[in-house]
Amino acid sequence: MIGFILRKIGLVIPAFIGVTLLTFALIHMIPGDPVELLAGERGIDPTRHAELKALLGLDKPLWEQYALYLYHAIQGDLGLSIVTKKPVIEEFLTLFPATIELALCAMSFAVIIGLPAGIWAAVKRGTAVDHSVMAVSLTGYSMPIFWWGLLLIILCSVTLGITPVSGRLSAEYWIEPTTGFMLIDSLLSDEQGAFADALHHLVLPSVVLGTIPLAVIARMTRSSMLEVLREDYVRTARAKGLSPLRVIGVHALRNALIPVITVIGLQLGTMLAGAILTETIFSWPGIGRWLIQSIGRRDYPSVQGGILLVATVIITVNLLVDVLYGIINPRIRHTR
Amino acid sequence: MRKVLLSVTSVLAMAIAGAGVANAKTIVYCSEGSPEGFNPQHYTAGTTFDATSRAVFDRLAMFKIGTTQVEPGLAEKWEISADGKTYTFHLRKGVKWHTTKTFKPTRDFNADDVLFTFNRQWKKDHPYHGIGGSYEYFESMSFPDLLEAIEKVDDYTVVFKLKRPEAPMIANLAMDFASILSAEYADQMSKAGTPEKVDQEPVGTGPWQFVGYQKDAQIRYEKNKAYWKAGLPKEDKLVFQITPDASVRYAKLKAGECHVMAFPNPADLAAMKTDANITLMNQPGLNIGYLGFNTEKKPFDDKKVRQALNMATNKDAIIEAVYQGAGVKAKNPIPPTIWSYNNDTKDYPYDPEAAKKLLAEAGVTNLKTDIWAMPVQRPYNPNARRMAEMIQADWKKVGVEAEIVSFEWGEYLKRTKAGEQSTFMLGWTGDNGDPDNFLAVLLGCDAVGSANRSRWCNKDFEALIQQAKVESDVAKRTALYEQAQKIFKEEAPWITVAHSVVYQPVRKEVQDWKIDPLGGQYFQEMSLSK
Repeated sequence: MIGFILRKIGLVIPAFIGVTLLTFALIHMIPGDPVELLAGERGIDPTRHAELKALLGLDKPLWEQYALYLYHAIQGDLGLSIVTKKPVIEEFLTLFPATIELALCAMSFAVIIGLPAGIWAAVKRGTAVDHSVMAVSLTGYSMPIFWWGLLLIILCSVTLGITPVSGRLSAEYWIEPTTGFMLIDSLLSDEQGAFADALHHLVLPSVVLGTIPLAVIARMTRSSMLEVLREDYVRTARAKGLSPLRVIGVHALRNALIPVITVIGLQLGTMLAGAILTETIFSWPGIGRWLIQSIGRRDYPSVQGGILLVATVIITVNLLVDVLYGIINPRIRHTR
Repeated sequence: MRKVLLSVTSVLAMAIAGAGVANAKTIVYCSEGSPEGFNPQHYTAGTTFDATSRAVFDRLAMFKIGTTQVEPGLAEKWEISADGKTYTFHLRKGVKWHTTKTFKPTRDFNADDVLFTFNRQWKKDHPYHGIGGSYEYFESMSFPDLLEAIEKVDDYTVVFKLKRPEAPMIANLAMDFASILSAEYADQMSKAGTPEKVDQEPVGTGPWQFVGYQKDAQIRYEKNKAYWKAGLPKEDKLVFQITPDASVRYAKLKAGECHVMAFPNPADLAAMKTDANITLMNQPGLNIGYLGFNTEKKPFDDKKVRQALNMATNKDAIIEAVYQGAGVKAKNPIPPTIWSYNNDTKDYPYDPEAAKKLLAEAGVTNLKTDIWAMPVQRPYNPNARRMAEMIQADWKKVGVEAEIVSFEWGEYLKRTKAGEQSTFMLGWTGDNGDPDNFLAVLLGCDAVGSANRSRWCNKDFEALIQQAKVESDVAKRTALYEQAQKIFKEEAPWITVAHSVVYQPVRKEVQDWKIDPLGGQYFQEMSLSK
């Protein structure tokens, strides 16, 4: 098992170097100049322009900037944001809990609904139930997120008035972040009703962010389950006279889950990388929105550092998924 | 499974029970973006100023809300010497600094604070100069070249000595970068080894006291109970909810989650007008959207060609299609709300035939050129691409073939500054309501290579605006600027297209809201009716 984990980690190092190089190259390749953006229509005279570039370390040749960046990054220093002048890592850590909180809630929503729906469809194969589940999940999968988010806001928040439009907490509450997770912080604070308010703010964004994973999970569970249900051992289990619930829930599900877990891992990775659209629609102060804003302002250190950290998260999640695989299915860790 | 169902139901139940309208005595403002930081001296964006200088800080002289008129702020009065080079400010007494978690002031506002504020930005050896970034507004308003000395006469008298007379000086001091910071707070933070806190947890004398900022989510303020303007602010709390998407801001306004919202989508204006819960306010903006000619490139160095293309452009059609009515035709480079606006200026009529004749006179045939269009929506031009297409079609009618060119915004600014374009679109929103802030900044000879992207340097025009810069008599300045506008029109370095109208939707319960011509959001004078 340890050998298996070490092998996986060994594969991760080139991935990291690739990510830093690619991010650095891409952000410097796209046109734009942070100093010019800062000055706007007013413009800035060439001497001052050169002064500011030097101040930001942007006057050095690109290879030198990259080498310096890598040298500092290895020591855990991702630099200061050009705009806010705060350490990139600090900004990331401030915003990351909001992204995790939303991703976990959305994933829970997707799994809680998607998994049973997929199983149900497989068991009732070819019936109206199966067709409805598949039709709904195809619709969910093809839903344009921005449109879906706005539609739900207009329906649930503006017309029916049952959910808040956006944000993590209503204006009447003020909670100093301790963990950064609003659900936990609101429980720890003495503000009455803040927890319910925070939960309440999570409903719509979780539904929107969870819609596509839900559809994917439901479809994946269904097809994987169908395959497993055809296996001999399932027939044997049935022949032994086990209850259908036990046959499906214990014997079939465990094997059917393997591809589903891969999908959950991949989807969770993407969500943690920042659900850019969902975060923008719901004014959710997470990583996705921050990265987009940083790209717009050509805040090089924030973009580079932010993407490196996001990549770390995705790689770690995938590593965990691989390990989890090994636990569920011992055959995997023995194949090279 | 039952447990799961139970928890889902309880979430929904709470959701239904908890939905509500923002607390009546807390003003909630749906802002469009996050402030870059909390010291207005370092930044140039209006979003940052709304959250800092306009809420937390005061300045020596201040704009009367809703106007570009300057009135006394932290300085009760001032005198200007006969040569226009010495400004003596008499400071207001008894002005309290905010008391916050990190700072308990031991004294009132005084001259030391004024010195700290300006010396920090000006003197490279000032202990705070290198903290928190550069001082772009201070630099671009030419303060380093302008200031000779700033001296404290006593605790409540400060003298600014200038190297040359500068008529817009008082208006400049009312600008956001001139917000007065506390010297005592800076000292304390410096001693505590945390000087950066001065820029992150602001302490001012303004109407609102900073409580906290949750990055990209909320900024919270409380009423400054000791504010020197009696009776203000009218409400107890102020919250900025950062909401980057305009449709979502509108939804929040409709749902009652905010009282005032920034930058509505032009497409939503019609619906806002008919919404019973919303008052849609509007005011002509202090801006100009224009098409500039690069007067150093042939054939645009010939004023006849520039005049001809002025006549070839159908501005009425542009106002209708691009501004969708939310704009007025511009004939001068300054908006009509600025003093010295020359109402006698005669604009070029839309006359393609006359344009053709003039082009022929100039010896220009089969002209091929370019029109640079900005890639972004700006307050003075909601859709540059569309405008470029319309102008392209207009010019084609007089035999001028134009290709539309666009670049990423930063690149666009850089290249137009370098003069790569033949003709280009841009605009300007005023900083301080002084005509100098348009005419000298955008058309002065010194500004060639920065904001003067037409690279137009006319000796007569330059002489007039330089004279106006050092003249302190407003009537005389007005006459000079009127004359300058006449030369501008005759020389036609731009096609002055439009001044856009600024719209701001607020909830019905909002009382006494004023739209600021300079684009700011001020909350101290408004109140909530329920």
